Amino acid sequence: MSSSPSIAIASGKGGTGKTTVAVHLAAWLAGRGHEIQYLDCDVEEPNGHLFLKPEIKAAEPAAIPVPVVDMNRCTACGKCAAVCEFNAIAMLKKPMVFPELCHGCGACTLVCPVDAIREEPRDIGTVETGLAGPIRFAQGRLNVGEPMSPPLIRAVKIRRDPAAIALFDSPPGTSCPVIATVRAADFIVLVTEPSPFGLHDLTLAVETFRPMGLPFGVVVNRADPADERVQDFCRQQEIPVLAELPDDRRVAETYARGELLFDRLPEWRDRMAALWARIEERL
Amino acid sequence: MKVVITSSSQTLAEPIDMHFGRAKYFILADTETGHATAHDNAQNLHAAQGAGIQSAETVAKLGAEAVITGSVGPKAFRALQAAGVKIALVESACPGTEALRRFKDGELPVLDSPNSEGHWV
Ligand code: SF4
Ligand code: SF4
Repeated sequence: MSSSPSIAIASGKGGTGKTTVAVHLAAWLAGRGHEIQYLDCDVEEPNGHLFLKPEIKAAEPAAIPVPVVDMNRCTACGKCAAVCEFNAIAMLKKPMVFPELCHGCGACTLVCPVDAIREEPRDIGTVETGLAGPIRFAQGRLNVGEPMSPPLIRAVKIRRDPAAIALFDSPPGTSCPVIATVRAADFIVLVTEPSPFGLHDLTLAVETFRPMGLPFGVVVNRADPADERVQDFCRQQEIPVLAELPDDRRVAETYARGELLFDRLPEWRDRMAALWARIEERL
Repeated sequence: MKVVITSSSQTLAEPIDMHFGRAKYFILADTETGHATAHDNAQNLHAAQGAGIQSAETVAKLGAEAVITGSVGPKAFRALQAAGVKIALVESACPGTEALRRFKDGELPVLDSPNSEGHWV
């Protein structure tokens, strides 16, 4: 492989322990001397920083270019509204732009026959970068109430340096922000838990990721020997189970304090080693 | 005067659709002649985002001066205002004919601010 791999850590729903897996994998890999980038793409609720405790060195605003129509020039031809696939322009008597729906694709500006459209940046959030020990850290922070997260996620992802192993902490779920995160990753780790809800959301995630043709595997967090439904599902679907992390009260306690588990639960080092070995053999 | 009634079906005999942006049909009715035609809103109904805005555009294109419906989200509201289309509200899903009669009699309140959260971004 010419560049180091990128791994997205995702989950069908929130609260499965996705960030736990992501930060420990990052810390373990860094401890082994790998060059690591941790890119938190969960921009509505970035919380990898709570555990990695990076020193933030820079914060840059992320904006998307939204159209502004010069009504004196506009001939009301309607081409801008017709070309917008996001329904961000309504053709009333004159075009009316809804900036909060605009993805900043630039199509309307291009299509306007009389150059009546110029673009103005609209802030959607911030990209923060810094260092967490040896780990190179970046995270997006979406402005409160901002619906448009994919452009911010892309602004985080362009910080990727192919010389380092990149871990993308994905938002939960299966919607556009998740797709924006996992796109072009070399591997997806899907973190789930053994409950009917966990299985249901895992099923949706599998249905989303499989057509994208990206290789993925499952980590069962809070594994319960009495409930093997997730494992059975993975067997049926021929999805590799990369790790089963047992339920342990001490994990939750340590997590609540914002600490890494390695000191209190040294066996987590071996777990991350085994997990990484299973990911590596699939890259 | 031409008005649009949001409807779950193609006839005014059926109940009004209470959600402007996600109405199945727009029925364009002439308050003087009573003549009515149904217009499919399926394309906007299934839009991933901006359904209300596109619905407002459709209503404006039909040449309506008012729309009778149950609720309008903030973006659709802004678009309808910009298009100069009045919004008249019914409080429950009554048949379209009844809504039209009440509108003509001036019984329906006219909306001056959005009355739905518009959870479909
Ligand atoms: S920039 Fe793209 S998304 Fe934004 S209004 Fe123009 S066409 Fe629509
Ligand atoms: S494409 Fe240009 S001229 Fe045509 S309606 Fe849009 S802004 Fe006006």
